[in-house]
Amino acid sequence: MSHPLPIVAEDFKHRAAAAATNLRIAEIFDRSARGKDDLRRLAMPELPHPLDTRELAARIKNHTLQNLDRYLDQFASRVRDHGGHVHFAADGTQANQIITEIAQAASAGLIVKSKSMVSEEIELNHALQAAGLNVLETDLGEYILQLAGEKPSHIVTPMAHKPKEEVGQLFAAKLGIPYTDDPTALTKAARKVLRESFRAADMGIIGANFAVAETGTVVIVTNEGNGRFCSSRPRLLVCLMGMEKLVPQLKHVPIYLKLLAKSATGQRITCYTSMITGPKRAGDFDGPEEFHVVILDNGRSHVLAGEYRDALRCIRCGACLNACPIYRKIGGHAYDATYPGPIGSVISPLFTSLATYADLPSACSLCGACLEACPVRIDLPTQLIHLRSDVNKDGHSPLSWRLGFKGWKLGMSSGLLYRLGATFGRWFMKIGARDGWKHKLPATGGIWTRYRDVPVMPKPFHKRWADLQKELDEEGKDER
Amino acid sequence: MRVSLFVTCLSDLYFPEVAESVVRVLHRLGIACDFPAGQTCCGQPALNSGYLDEARTVARRMIDVFADAETVVTPSGSCCATVREYFPHLLKADPAEHRRAQAMAAKTFEFTEFLQKRLKVDWSRWDLPYSAVATFHYSCHNRGIGMSPDDILGLVRQFRGLKYRSLVKTEQCCGFGGTFAVKFGEISGAMVQDKIACVKATGADTLICNDGGCTLNIIGALHREGVNIQVKHVASMLDEAMKAGNNRQLYARRADGPATVPLHSCSCGHGVTAAGGGGAG
Repeated sequence: MSHPLPIVAEDFKHRAAAAATNLRIAEIFDRSARGKDDLRRLAMPELPHPLDTRELAARIKNHTLQNLDRYLDQFASRVRDHGGHVHFAADGTQANQIITEIAQAASAGLIVKSKSMVSEEIELNHALQAAGLNVLETDLGEYILQLAGEKPSHIVTPMAHKPKEEVGQLFAAKLGIPYTDDPTALTKAARKVLRESFRAADMGIIGANFAVAETGTVVIVTNEGNGRFCSSRPRLLVCLMGMEKLVPQLKHVPIYLKLLAKSATGQRITCYTSMITGPKRAGDFDGPEEFHVVILDNGRSHVLAGEYRDALRCIRCGACLNACPIYRKIGGHAYDATYPGPIGSVISPLFTSLATYADLPSACSLCGACLEACPVRIDLPTQLIHLRSDVNKDGHSPLSWRLGFKGWKLGMSSGLLYRLGATFGRWFMKIGARDGWKHKLPATGGIWTRYRDVPVMPKPFHKRWADLQKELDEEGKDER
Repeated sequence: MRVSLFVTCLSDLYFPEVAESVVRVLHRLGIACDFPAGQTCCGQPALNSGYLDEARTVARRMIDVFADAETVVTPSGSCCATVREYFPHLLKADPAEHRRAQAMAAKTFEFTEFLQKRLKVDWSRWDLPYSAVATFHYSCHNRGIGMSPDDILGLVRQFRGLKYRSLVKTEQCCGFGGTFAVKFGEISGAMVQDKIACVKATGADTLICNDGGCTLNIIGALHREGVNIQVKHVASMLDEAMKAGNNRQLYARRADGPATVPLHSCSCGHGVTAAGGGGAG
């Protein structure tokens, strides 16, 4: 490449190449992602009007985003009305600082945390640990990854990349239990640790699947019930949410609950749906005495103002990852981004910088499976095309490509040049061909012929047209 | 009805016999085809690579070339999707240009879509022998034009003697994706290898595929692995079957007169509801 690219962006191509040629990764993700994609396809038709529901969900989100300032104000007021505290964080550093200070002020010993992609985005655990705080992930997958020191490879099923045998070895080493790869036994071992932690914890941290402006309610869904423990047992609760998580009214929530569960795992409804409205009130059986909501921007208001606003509709169901043939081949880690897959290829560069993730928008064959899967109808292929255009305009693409397409435009703008090019191309393709096939092409074409042969070009259609006309005339006469 | 053929650059250069079959099949259904001179490419390579100005220039030219066309038919789903989905999108800045792009989008059809959804050909009148054990790869861009796998299989089921084998991951992209295939060679390579492994597992001798890009990708990988499976466009299969079958009377009726009867007004029952009304007498 002639243009200097930042190291990170350069690296994606190598990571992707390594992952794509790793059969184990392909096998694991083909099974896990495609399996969930199949479940989604089975579950979605259970809705009386699947497409209408998805479009309604998209419209509600559009409306909310259009009026986000108003709904954020309303949400914050409601939370405060209930006795909660609201903090606005412009970026990850601020959010981490706010949460660390809350924990320190309360002298929190153990912090239990339920799964939150936003917390991954801002690397909250690192910040808390750096401040000497003890934070424990309580989603089973996240707990395993925390023990292993690994990052999620999927936004819904974070340990999609980890086979049960590896978990068995990990638990044997870290928890001191005898090796087993029986998922039930492993889950029970984790449960023992987690149950004790919920009892002992001073502080809980949760994310938000949805936040209701009208009532100041935070909604979280989990399949393990850990979110409910985190939000009900500890004395202090912090909810960290992206500012796009709002819906206007409580009545809008069920639409998303249905779509989220079906899209994510093919379930009708997630096992636990918790709705948290402020801290514990007099007479409440449980709940936190102190409740904080940290609302994170971290690049979102910039996206809100631009042409990619639709991407903020995302409800993080992971359906586009499961549907994506590229994700199925390279897995989540190759992206080296909090959000992998199609939605990640859009929001990762938007939330950070295009230069950091310049290659991600191109790592897609534009097959459209993500658009078909998306419950809120985000036109990810079109957004990716526009991001590619941004990458080109910002000079992150090689000069050879930019010049190449200028030449291409010239050739395609003239019938004569096109036909000349065709004749030349045909002549060129014949050189070194065997039995009508070429096995190796020069330059960029060599990447194509690494995996495929190319047939030599036959006489093109535009030179056959006259003969075809004669043939059809003859056929007509014959039949007459 | 008169059809203007948009051959697409890939079919022009690599699969001219598919385009010939399109013209023959339409001719036998009583529909005359013209081939507007000067046509080149729809702009898809530039569009997909994010060179939108270049794509826009070529799209404008495409609209000019087909300005007088009544109906445009193309054998490629992805080129059709480019015209239908992206021409209006690319040219939305100028209202007049946007209207022209929308008009172009409205009159452009992929070949099987044209037969099944626009002409609504009554295939029961036709004898379509085609002996093969066949499976089917669903080209991604059929999604964009609203052609489901079942829509296309509805046509495939018309062949007499064809044994159909379903393909695992039929809707998974074959890995072509235009410049994606050379920007991310390893991913694309892994995808096409996955596709042909699934095709081989069916035991089929024929793979039905309605897109030049997918076909070029898949035949190349099949040849590299030395696998002897034919990749066929539905147009080629129809062409061969119409010719091999006992369809003489249908040909003759068509040849009796010009195909000028408007759509859906023909009740003469000679195999196509759209045109060829001259044969009714």
